[in-house]
Amino acid sequence: MTYASEKLPEEKVFKDPVHRYIHVRDKIIWDLIGTKEFQRLRRIRQLGTTFLTFHGAEHSRFNHSLGVYEIVRRIVDDVFRGRPEWNEDERLLSLCAALLHDVGHGPFSHSFEKVFHLDHEDFTQAIILGNTEINRVLSKAGAEFPKKVAEVIAKTYKNKQVISLISSQIDADRMDYLQRDAFYTGVQYGHFDMERILRVMRPREDQVVIKYSGMHAVEDYIMSRYQMYWQVYFHPVTRSAEVILSKILHRAKALYENNYSFQADPVHFYSIFKGDVTVEDYLKLDESIILYYFQEWQKEKDPILSDLCNRFINRRLFKYVEFQPSNEQLMKLIELTNLFKKAGIDPEYYLVVDSSSDLPYDFYRPGEEEERLPIHLLMPNGEIRELSRESEIVDAITGKRRTDHKLYFPLDFLKDFSEKRNLKKQILEILQLTDKDGFIL
Amino acid sequence: MLTEHAKLMKVLSASKEIIGRKKLQKIIFIAKKLNYPFYEKYEFHFYGPYSEELTLRIEELCNMGFINEVKEKKGGYYQYKYSLTKSGQEFLSHYDLDMPELQNCINELNAQSARFLELVSTILYFDHLDKEEVKEKVFTLKKKQRYTDEEVEEAYQFIQRLQDHKFSAKIS
Repeated sequence: MTYASEKLPEEKVFKDPVHRYIHVRDKIIWDLIGTKEFQRLRRIRQLGTTFLTFHGAEHSRFNHSLGVYEIVRRIVDDVFRGRPEWNEDERLLSLCAALLHDVGHGPFSHSFEKVFHLDHEDFTQAIILGNTEINRVLSKAGAEFPKKVAEVIAKTYKNKQVISLISSQIDADRMDYLQRDAFYTGVQYGHFDMERILRVMRPREDQVVIKYSGMHAVEDYIMSRYQMYWQVYFHPVTRSAEVILSKILHRAKALYENNYSFQADPVHFYSIFKGDVTVEDYLKLDESIILYYFQEWQKEKDPILSDLCNRFINRRLFKYVEFQPSNEQLMKLIELTNLFKKAGIDPEYYLVVDSSSDLPYDFYRPGEEEERLPIHLLMPNGEIRELSRESEIVDAITGKRRTDHKLYFPLDFLKDFSEKRNLKKQILEILQLTDKDGFIL
Repeated sequence: MLTEHAKLMKVLSASKEIIGRKKLQKIIFIAKKLNYPFYEKYEFHFYGPYSEELTLRIEELCNMGFINEVKEKKGGYYQYKYSLTKSGQEFLSHYDLDMPELQNCINELNAQSARFLELVSTILYFDHLDKEEVKEKVFTLKKKQRYTDEEVEEAYQFIQRLQDHKFSAKIS
């Protein structure tokens, strides 16, 4: 018996609030879960700063990764097995890629990646291919096996069917995170009939298609996703916390570059600040480390770093107004920037435009240079049809991007009239936060 | 503020006009690979490296009136042309972006076909692999494009030329 085919003496199960049970029979999966790089995912929240808006959203990337694995396991073991279009040799590769697809995520990765120009997908590759426990486990299944797993996650593997299980417009990743995030945030959106979708998935050359009879379940899934994006993922309060988090990282980096003497020396950040972070350094970072620094930096002498950390730790977030980018609004922004400077409030850290955008569903139009893999339906006559050609509901939202821009600022600073009263009143007027008599709304 | 948007406007200012979304995507990716400070995140898609972030930024610039997007029917499909508007030029004048040799680099890229840039960017996407592996990737993942050995060689020479001309932002 080879390591790749080795089974555990008895099946292991994890209790899971979304899928009830997560089943593990393969020795390699059990060993991968036990690696330190995978265990680190327990210390990284799935939804970053969303817990400051929805207090239940404390679940981790560990939970989600197990969930994605379980969905793929059900597809390949319960639905695809024995079908002529499915190559059973791809089973273990699909399971390992599903389990490890997010292993390169760092703490608060959205902000970290933006500020330090990092990419969690690069770290996923480096962890799978580098000198790590994960690489040693995968290598036992074959010298080329880690490379194949990395290729599936990077979407460069030759078999697109395997890629589409984990990364497409209807994949195991999305199906898990929508349900899991809905469960932990407590919202009523995000629910759809996954069992039905799994039962009607069929392997075809280069992709996974959905039997026509499952079209309404897919419609429900797409609408759930749409609602979750706007009700949960792009919630303006969560974005306010993200803005502050990004600005803390910017400030800390700027201070480091100016040889500021930190009371709590950010040793864990050094290589990131210098732009030469290694996998080893990266793996040492988790949310507890980051929050430790934020706690300590509240006591720093630098007033901006100290204030921003205080805001994040104690949830004293920025307020916002709508901001629709146009020439006129940009002129207003330039005026506000100047007024902030005069009022002694650094606009670099305290006046921030944040944008969110989502395209609920789109399909590839030959020659139109679009890049999305569509959802295909398998019609009763064996024909393959793109989803929006059959579903009026999906057609109504296909290709329609929704974008939202907000301008964030510290209202408490602006309401403090102890100094620069007139300037601050002028700012509040421009932000349309006063009524006709000049009272703050 | 809006510095990343301004960099894209600088590319359009340097090129006068870019025809095709695919071409624009690949130009920015290649420039990024030459160490110009573009931070749009790219993933591997149908036509090679593709950035959703870039698509979004371009849409925003169009909405702001800084970029002009013209949709033209060409044969059986639509093609998009991008150029900087007057207000875009005015807005860009507020920025002092240090991107040496950008104009020559962009002109060199813009003079190539979208198909060729797709090949070049795919090769650069796999630049951590050795040449034989890269060729295998091109022929497997891009089999519908039917690139020939000669085209791959030409793409390698083109990349070498870009690097020799010191378009690379780090070198210059």
